[in-house]
Parts: sequence; structure tokens; C-alpha cells
Amino acid sequence: MAVLHSAPRFSSNEGVCEALSGALGAMLVSAKEEFGEIVLTVARDAIVDALRLLRDGHGYQQLMEIAGVDYPERVERFEVVYMLLSLTRNHRVLVKVSAAEDTPVPTVTTLWPVAGWLEREVYDMYGVVFAGNPDLRRILTDYGFEGHPFRKDFPLTGYQELRYSEEDKRVVYEPVKLAQDLRSFDFMSPWEGADYVLPGDEKAAAPTPAPAPVATKPEVKGDPKANTPKTTDTPAKTGAGEPANAEAAKPVAKKAAPKKASGAEPGAPAPTESRPSRAPRKKKAGNEGGAGPAPEGS
Amino acid sequence: MSMQLEQSPTTGDEVITNYTINFGPQHPAAHGVLRMVMELDGEIIERIDPHVGLLHRGTEKLIEHKTYLQALPYFDRLDYCSPLAMEHSYVLAVEKLLNVEVPLRAQYLRVLFAELTRICNHMLNMGSHVMDVGAMTPNLWLFEIREDCLNFFERASGARMHAAWYRPGGVHQDVPLKLLADLSEWLDTRLPRLFEDAMSLVVDNRIFKQRNVDIAVVSKEDAVAWGFSGPMIRAAGIPWDLRKSQPYDVYDRMDFEIPVGTNSDCYDRFMVRVEEVRQSARIMKQCLAEMPEGPVMTADRKVGPPKRGEMKSSMESLIHHFKLYTEGFHVPAGEVYVATESPKGEFGVYLVSDGGNKPYRCKIRPTAFSHLQAMDFMSKGHMLPDATAILGAIDVVFGECDR
Repeated sequence: MAVLHSAPRFSSNEGVCEALSGALGAMLVSAKEEFGEIVLTVARDAIVDALRLLRDGHGYQQLMEIAGVDYPERVERFEVVYMLLSLTRNHRVLVKVSAAEDTPVPTVTTLWPVAGWLEREVYDMYGVVFAGNPDLRRILTDYGFEGHPFRKDFPLTGYQELRYSEEDKRVVYEPVKLAQDLRSFDFMSPWEGADYVLPGDEKAAAPTPAPAPVATKPEVKGDPKANTPKTTDTPAKTGAGEPANAEAAKPVAKKAAPKKASGAEPGAPAPTESRPSRAPRKKKAGNEGGAGPAPEGS
Repeated sequence: MSMQLEQSPTTGDEVITNYTINFGPQHPAAHGVLRMVMELDGEIIERIDPHVGLLHRGTEKLIEHKTYLQALPYFDRLDYCSPLAMEHSYVLAVEKLLNVEVPLRAQYLRVLFAELTRICNHMLNMGSHVMDVGAMTPNLWLFEIREDCLNFFERASGARMHAAWYRPGGVHQDVPLKLLADLSEWLDTRLPRLFEDAMSLVVDNRIFKQRNVDIAVVSKEDAVAWGFSGPMIRAAGIPWDLRKSQPYDVYDRMDFEIPVGTNSDCYDRFMVRVEEVRQSARIMKQCLAEMPEGPVMTADRKVGPPKRGEMKSSMESLIHHFKLYTEGFHVPAGEVYVATESPKGEFGVYLVSDGGNKPYRCKIRPTAFSHLQAMDFMSKGHMLPDATAILGAIDVVFGECDR
């Protein structure tokens, strides 16, 4: 593939992968060249020898970085990636080992003193143990922190939050309380391989007719009953409840209807004055008079 | 371990034992939140145990929960003294995975502003370094320049510091023509005048030299073994600059020199930065002279958003815009390590993609981590006040160190 990007251009990878693979020999697990990066995976116990060979025999003088990566689905879930830089050959390689929580990686502080803090960071963030590191303390997290925060199963919000307590006059640690749900948006498009039923779409998913023996049904999130077709065979399933009382269903019983008011309401007070009632007001012609209510919108 | 009376250069007729003091976590010369547990013998530093991480915000974890575009502004907040240089590594890493071509004008703009960032960063660092060893005036004068730089950032991106202006595929917006004209004038008149004025106070100053010359001398071998980069390794006499040796964007078209130190002490580190400012100005002038017209964002609509005007008339552009700013672009599965020459040294991004719209892992290689680790052996045997000079010469910023 033609290189279109303008990322840093170090010297050519041509033949380097083969040469280094040959030199590493049995220490090498796999080697690949992708995106212009040479990635060598070596056996965990051989990492010190492999890096010493690369440093002394192939001119990769500087260890720039050690990165941890977590792949929880793997048997050895962590990868430790060493970024090597050659000042003389102007070249970079990545060297990887895999590790689990209980399989220590040999330290490379014997080769590069800079590895001390870099290994501390990987230990702090992922819990990968580096055997032989003389000072494997936590480095970035708080004093007394528990857990390894960059693991994929460690929640983004963490477990503890701290605030200054006015009563205690000190900083107190408390379990995390979120005022609102953590906003985690899912942008997977239903047209491009979202493998679950979208909320509100449950009815659209028709019952699968006799699924093939191997095919697995997509896991349905939410109410599992949502996928069974709804029928109303019995009145009990309509959800309407007990039928209403027949008598109560009639419009209104005649005897119960209120009587038409005939004459004066009983108990209505008698007029206190005997003056004749006023003649009804004459209607005004139109509403050109100023006294009338102002027309709307004026 | 107690010092014998006749060996101790600082105490009188009393034998004292070593004692430890806390430097920081809040110390004006620590350039942020750095706690150093120092073991002292009188005023002589025996051992330093730097405690970092007081500014740890879990940036790398946060980035794993954001799309590639949303992750970008976190980089401004790493080294907040040189925000665009931080973005530069990240956008190049994303572009390397996408293999997307960046328009030439955008590459020039990036180099132009990366160098402006370098000037801006060095102004802050040199000013505070000088102030740490006792001088006040140069810092104030250098802040004039820094203020100019921040104004230029604001005119380009709308933000003085946290620009978020470099984007995968180019830069966010083109700059106004007047800005380029003003930059050109500033480089010709104001920058050299202010900068050389301030430097004339410092570089030959007797007190400044007394505080910096022969302080924290690091051999070439040590500089390599301790993972030094940037001005720290150049001061040790190794002419190593990623802009020259592993050019990115249009640095291969630029004509500039790499200053190297001879003595590998704090004074050399300072003087390397002084010369870098002049070289940065030189690169910027070349950028301004050669910059072509053209687009500033890739035409690949699966990466770069369409122009606002297009969206008013084209349904497809509207869809692209919507998709890019909600779901974001997908990056092919793979891993790259991309490092650029930030003002402080090699700033690297190790980006692992699983093919989705969010990074699977984004490891940030801070420059200060390696340098600060060397603090212990660099300051051994020096006096307590030298620690501030050494720190100033390291150019440490904790947003980046602690991430």
C-alpha cells in the first residue's frame, strides 16, 4: 500500500524484519510488519536476552517506552510492549511479550535504567509484575490505591471519590456516587453490524422459524418475553380485567337520574326587593364604540 | 549514614546525620505538583525520590471511552505549555493507521504552528528557569512573547491554549490571511527584539552562569541509557532531532540547524533552547514563504468533515457531517507508535485500534517521565538550590508527566 500519510519517516523497514527474526531465532514467537511498524513478539522468559541482542547487536540503543495493553479475552491477558529506538540506524521496532497476572515478566532495568519507572507504571496500571525490578512501587495512582485502573474491567469512574470534609477538616474517601448515569454512547449503526435488538425494535424481530442447529440467536437485551408473539386467546390475556357489571354498564338508571328542575329550586331565597326587574340591555350596533372590548390583535 | 566532621563541607563543628525533606508537592519551583523526598546531608543532596502522579487524571483511560475526534482535546491538556505539539503526535498516529493523505497547506500550517508552539513553550520554560535561579526581569519580558504566541493561537483556533486545531486529516480551519501577514511581521520585528533583549540579560550573566554551568552533567552514555530526548539529549552532544532524522509533515523541506551542547550541563540545556527559538523562527519564515494555497482538510469524507457551505446544499455532506460528529470514523485494526519532536523531547503516542470508532489503547509517552527519573543521579552531590535549576532545565510539566 502506498504511503499517503505524513507521519514520521524513519529509515526503511526493507529486510529488517527478516534480519531481526533470524537473529532472534528461538526467542521469537512471531514477527509482523504492519502500518510501517515492525512488531516482534518474543517469549516472555527471553525478553532480557532478546532486548540485549537488539541493543548490543543491532544498534537499538534507546528504550523509549514500555506500554501495557489489556486483552481480557486472552489466556495471558496483558501485553507489554517495548518501544526501541536506534539512534545510529534511525529506526524503531516494537517488541512485545504477553503476560498474565501471575506470570512475572523479567525486568529490563539491568539493560536500561530508564525501565525502572516505565515498569512501575505498567505495574501500577495493569498489575503486571516485573521480576527483579528493585523498586516496584506504584507510581501514578494515589498513596494507598487499590486495584489496577487501566484494566478493561476497571470502571471508568473508579470505586472511590474524595472530597474535603469541612467537619473532619481533612480529605475523606467515599464510594463513588454518580449524580447521573455515566454517559456511555453506543454509535454502532444497526445497518453495519450491531448484533443486538435496538430498544423499541423488539416487536419487529419476527420469531425465527426453526433455527439452524449451529446458528446462535442474537442475544436479546431487555425483556426476554418481548420476542414471543402476543395473542389474545382468552379474555384473561387481554389485560382488560373483569368484565363490568351488566347493570352498571347501562347508561344511567332512570330512577337515579336527577329530576328536571320544575319551578323554583327548593330553598332558593326569595327576592328581597320588590322593584321591577330591569329591561334587557339594548344591543350595540357593531363594536365601533370605544367601550367595547378591543378587537384582538390591535 | 552520618558524615564525619572533617568530610562535611557545610556544617561547622557539629556532626549531623542525613535528614529528609519534602520538596513540594506545592512548590513554586516544581513547575506543578511534584513531590520530591530529598535526603540531604547538610545542604548536599544525597538522594532524591520524586513522587509523581499527583496530577494523574487517567487520560489514557478516558481516551479509550471517546471517539478518535473526542480524544483529541485531551492532548491539549497534557502538556498545557505546548498544546499543539501534543496534538501533532496524536493526529499523525491516527493518520498513519488510516493512511490518509493530508493536504500540503495543512502540513505547512501544522509545521508553522508547531514551531510557534515551540517558541511559546520555550518562553515559559526559559523564563521560569531563569526565575528559579533568581532573576525576575527576563521572565516578564519573555512572557510578552508568550502572550503574542497565545494571541496567534487564538486567532487561528479560537482558543488561547487548548486549541484542538490539528485534526486527523488536516487542521480544523484555515487561517486568515492577515494572521499570516502579522506572523511574518512579528517574526521580523517584535520577536527578535524582545527575545534578544531578554537573552542579553541572561546568557552572559555571571550569576546565571554560576547557578547553571557544571550543574547536573550527564554523559552521552547516560543520556542514551536513561531515554533522554529533545534538548536534554542534544545538550549532551548528541545531534538527535526527530524533525531532522525522522521528518514528518513538511519538516523535510525546511532548512534549519540542530543546536548541540558541549558540556551537557544545565547551562547547555538552556542555550540549546535559546538557539532552538531562533531556528524555529527560521522554520516559520520558510513556512510562510512557501505555503501553498489549497484545502486544509483531507477530501476523504470518511475522515474529514465537509465544509459548512456544502452541507447547506448536499444531503450527502449532511450525512457525512452527522456521522463524523456522532459515530466518528472507524480506524483499521492495528497498532502504531508515532513520536514527534515536541519542545520538551520525544512525545510519542502508541495507538492500538480494534477497528472501531474508539481507540482500544492509547499509550502516551511523556518526555518528562524519563527525564525526571534521572533527577536522582543528576542531582546527587549538588546543593539543594541546584535542584531547582536542574528541574528548570529538564522543562517538566506535570500535565504531561502524570497524564
